[in-house]
Amino acid sequence: MGEDRRVTKHPILEDLREPDTYILYDGKKIPAVTGEPVAAALLAAGVRIMRHTPKTGQPRGIFCGIGRCNDCKMIVDGVPGVRTCVTPVREGMVVETQEGLGEWRDLV
Amino acid sequence: MRKVQLLIVGAGPAGLSAGIEAARAGVQVTIIDENLRPGGQLFKQIHKFFGSRVHNAGVRGFRIGEKLLQETRELGVEVLLGYPVYGIFPGGEVVYGSADGVKQLQAEKIILATGANENNLCFEGSVLPGVMTAGAAQTMINLHHVLPGQRVVMVGSGNVGLIVSYQLLQAGARVEAVVEAGPAIGGYGVHAGKLKRAGVPFYLSHTVQRAMGTTEVEAVELVELDHFKAIPGTEKIIEADTVCMAVGLTPMTELASLCGCELVESRGLGGLVPVHDHDMRTTNPNVYIAGDISGVEEASTAMEEGRLAGTAAAESLGYIPAKEAARRKEEIHGRLDLLRSGQFGARRAQAKIEIERSFAQIKRGGEVR
Repeated sequence: MGEDRRVTKHPILEDLREPDTYILYDGKKIPAVTGEPVAAALLAAGVRIMRHTPKTGQPRGIFCGIGRCNDCKMIVDGVPGVRTCVTPVREGMVVETQEGLGEWRDLV
Repeated sequence: MRKVQLLIVGAGPAGLSAGIEAARAGVQVTIIDENLRPGGQLFKQIHKFFGSRVHNAGVRGFRIGEKLLQETRELGVEVLLGYPVYGIFPGGEVVYGSADGVKQLQAEKIILATGANENNLCFEGSVLPGVMTAGAAQTMINLHHVLPGQRVVMVGSGNVGLIVSYQLLQAGARVEAVVEAGPAIGGYGVHAGKLKRAGVPFYLSHTVQRAMGTTEVEAVELVELDHFKAIPGTEKIIEADTVCMAVGLTPMTELASLCGCELVESRGLGGLVPVHDHDMRTTNPNVYIAGDISGVEEASTAMEEGRLAGTAAAESLGYIPAKEAARRKEEIHGRLDLLRSGQFGARRAQAKIEIERSFAQIKRGGEVR
C-alpha cells in the first residue's frame, strides 16, 4: 500500500477535508485531519496493521471501527491499549504499533 | 447524586426521537452516549430512505440526523457525549464513565436506545488486517472519507451489504464480489440493481472460506455451497485487499439485562431482546426501549419506536393526559404498521406480536417460553 486513500471526489459527500496537521507514526510524520480518528489517518496513509497479538504475534487492524472490538489498539502518546478508531487526532500525536500488551512510555 | 427525570441511553435515531417527543411534552430529558458525535449510524447513511413521505422517504439519512439534532437543541435537551454507561441498577441508579472518572446519577424513567452490534463470521484469516465489518468500512468512507481498501469482497447481500457495497463504489473503491450463502439476494432489488448495472459480480450460494495473505489480506478464497455446505473442488480465488462482513446484527441488551428487564429469544428480530409491551415498556416498569435493542429493524422504525417510548414515558411521568397519549400512540402505531408491511416487514410485525404476548404472559405471572 502506501498510497493516499483519502476520498477526494464523491457524488454526495460535500465536506471532504484536506489534512491540516500531522501525527507521528512509529517515528514517521503522517498527514492527518484534526479531530478524525487516529485509525482513519493511518488508513489514509496505507497503514493497516495497528498491533501484534501478545501470544502469537499476529497482526491486527481495524475491525469494527466504532470502539467495540479492541483490535485497533496502539500506544498513543505513551499510553498502551488506546482504541485508535475512537481517539481523535491532535497535532503531533505520537502513535506506535503495539507489541502484545504494549508498554507505558515516559514522554517529555 | 444528581437526579434526572428521563435518561435516554443512546443518541441515535431512536434515542433522539424519544428525547424530542418527551421534551415537547415538558419532561426534563438527558441523553447520554459513549460516542463523541451524536446521531448513531444516521450520519453514515448517505442513501435515500424508503417508505412514504411521513417516514422521510427520499431524504438521505444524514439530513434526517441533522434535523433531529436541531430539534434537540431547540428543545434544550441535554446531550452528554463521550460518556459510556457502565451499568444501571434496577432502581434507576446509572453509572457512567467520564474524563474525570466514574460518575452516577439517579433517573426516574429510563429509555434504552443502545442499538445493535454487527455479527461476524469465523474463517481462516478472518482476523487478518483488511477483514472488517461492513459497518467499519461504511464508517471509514462516509464519516471519515478514507477508503479501507481498493478492492473489496462483500460477504452478505442483505440491505447493509448491498448499500455499503454501492457506497464503496461511490467512494472510489472496486467491489470485486458480493457473496451470499443463500440461493437468492437478501436485500431490496433496487439496491442490488444498482450494483449489477455497475458490473459487480454476485456469487449466490457461495461463502468466503479463507482470507489469504501474510500480514494483510491479499486474496480471498470462495467456495460454492449446497444447502449451506461447502462443495469440495469449487474453490475460487479472488484478488482483493479487503473483506467486509454484512451478516446481520444483534440487539445490544446488556444494560437492559443489568436493570432487571426480562429477555426473550426472537429469531425474527436478531436474537435476545427485552420483552416489551405495546408502549415499548419492559418488565421493569421504569425502563422503556426503542430502536434496534428491541429488535433489529431500520432507522425509520427506530425513530417511530423512539417517539412511542418518549410519549409513553412522558405519560407515565404525568406530562400527557391518558386520552391524549392514547391518541398519539395510536398515530405512531399506524405509521409503524406501514413500515412493517410487505414481504420483509410482515415477519418483523409477527415477531413483535409474539414479544407483546410474552410480556402479557409474564404480567400474568407465567414463564416466558
